[in-house]
Amino acid sequence: MITGALRQTGRLFALAAEVSRAVFRRPFQFREFIEQFWFVASVTILPAALVSIPFGAVIALQVGSLTQQLGAQSFTGGASVLAVIQQASPLIVALLIAGAGGSAICADLGSRKIREELDAMEVMGVSPVQRLVVPRVLATMAVAVLLNGMVSVVGTLGGYFFNIVLQGGTPGAYLSSFSALAQLPDLYISELKALIFGFIAGIVAAYRGLNPRGGPKGVGDAVNQSVVITFMLLFFVNMVLTGIYLQIVPPKGG
Amino acid sequence: MGIEVVVEGLTMSFGKQNIWQDVSLTLPAGEVSVMLGPSGTGKTVFLKSLIGLLKPQQGRVLINGVDMVSSPERDIYETRKLFGLMFQDGALFGSMSLFDNIAFPLREHTRKRESEIRRIVMERIELVGLLGAEDKLPGEISGGMRKRAGLARALVLDPQIVLCDEPDSGLDPVRTAYLSQLLIDLNARIDATMLIVTHNLDIAATVPDNMGMFFRRRLVTFGPREVLLTSDEPVVTQFLAGRREGPIGMSEEKDAALLAAEAVDPAGRAAAPGHRPAAGTLPGLPPRAAVTRRRERVLGMLDQLPPAARAAIRDTYARTAGAPTLTMPAPGSGS
Repeated sequence: MITGALRQTGRLFALAAEVSRAVFRRPFQFREFIEQFWFVASVTILPAALVSIPFGAVIALQVGSLTQQLGAQSFTGGASVLAVIQQASPLIVALLIAGAGGSAICADLGSRKIREELDAMEVMGVSPVQRLVVPRVLATMAVAVLLNGMVSVVGTLGGYFFNIVLQGGTPGAYLSSFSALAQLPDLYISELKALIFGFIAGIVAAYRGLNPRGGPKGVGDAVNQSVVITFMLLFFVNMVLTGIYLQIVPPKGG
Repeated sequence: MGIEVVVEGLTMSFGKQNIWQDVSLTLPAGEVSVMLGPSGTGKTVFLKSLIGLLKPQQGRVLINGVDMVSSPERDIYETRKLFGLMFQDGALFGSMSLFDNIAFPLREHTRKRESEIRRIVMERIELVGLLGAEDKLPGEISGGMRKRAGLARALVLDPQIVLCDEPDSGLDPVRTAYLSQLLIDLNARIDATMLIVTHNLDIAATVPDNMGMFFRRRLVTFGPREVLLTSDEPVVTQFLAGRREGPIGMSEEKDAALLAAEAVDPAGRAAAPGHRPAAGTLPGLPPRAAVTRRRERVLGMLDQLPPAARAAIRDTYARTAGAPTLTMPAPGSGS
């Protein structure tokens, strides 16, 4: 049981290492990358925007109500924007990429595997990792980074709107607290998180897709597992990254 | 001329289940060999081991000095370019048209211009009789067509070693006969080493230079076709006759009681098939270079063969001496 789990983990890391190496191997599959990028972007943009508005609003309302009770209402802006940019945005992006893009990637690779297409590719001396997995992982990473920018903006605007319109906050206080507490490294860590989460989502989806157990049912299970495994890894890695960030980057307000 | 494939002491297991053990054989360069065996005896696993898709636990598969079991992945990928493997159901890429499927190896491994690729691909498409279907997707054509397209894709890089996994399954007898003739003609044309895995007796009886058989987790025999065709090993005679009496049961092996009951009641026992001549190439093609090589090789090892096989080989060469090309035997006749 434990050795089984360890073996799976080891093979997941081995695939990650193999993908990282194969990224630099020529010829780069540019066409496949563009197609996958477009696909992942097209299935995630709209849901990401629609999720980020209420999410920004919820954080703004919650933080606003809390700061009101503490008498620090003027800091609502800074607090909610930081929460959105640093935590909510990368996670929303990663969940959508894993749920919408990763599941499709996993199902695609899995069905190719059980139809022996991947074996056929290997037999022809073409590595499926280099030909199929690398463009997909790069696509999820690139989409994650770009989508993270969009979600940050939309989430922040949502929070701003709800704070000003519903909670009677003042635009001036919102913006000045924002510039008092937020700093550029907040944005950097946000994008770095999105990049790493995109990598994880792509690798896990590819790993489960390349190793389905049994026939079509196995592919369904693999898709299911890939989403669950990605979610668990995301929250764990997020915790680690946040911990490191808070240790090494001094807060601006302090 | 094709490349020799040497297999030494290959043993394969999935978990605790042993598929076959200690398989050793040599596929002579440029000759056509057939591997027989009841369903589920690991024939396909054997093919996939030859090409390095599956890694047996023990043994070696040597091709040009590269061990497909344990050499570095880079060497294995290079060596695979010498192979053409025809999968059981074609294994075509579902998202590409037949043309793109067949062109795939050319586009990946060569720097040919698109017009050149088109010429080669259309030639192969014509060879397997799929002209007019090149723009269809694999999902839109029949199983037999997928199979032939898979063969065309396997052939597009002029492989030195051609492996065919059950070329006959899902094909009607006529198409099977055409396909086996196609394989022989192909051997004459490109002189590649070929291994065909099948349980079709018509292919088995007419195509090969060499035959082998898997049963009960081991290689029962491998050698010149006459050895297997004249063998009196119960497994071999039962399989070649396609009858129920013998060691092969519905679930791989029979128990002793059933065997004893059969021994008492010999009713329904069919005669073993006669020894049939191997198929020749169609008129107009060059004679197979393998024929001459095989003749010398087989006559050289004649002393080591069982007497029945020896007689059959002498008989074969006495008969075919005057007629190097034979016409295609009628499919389904004889057995």
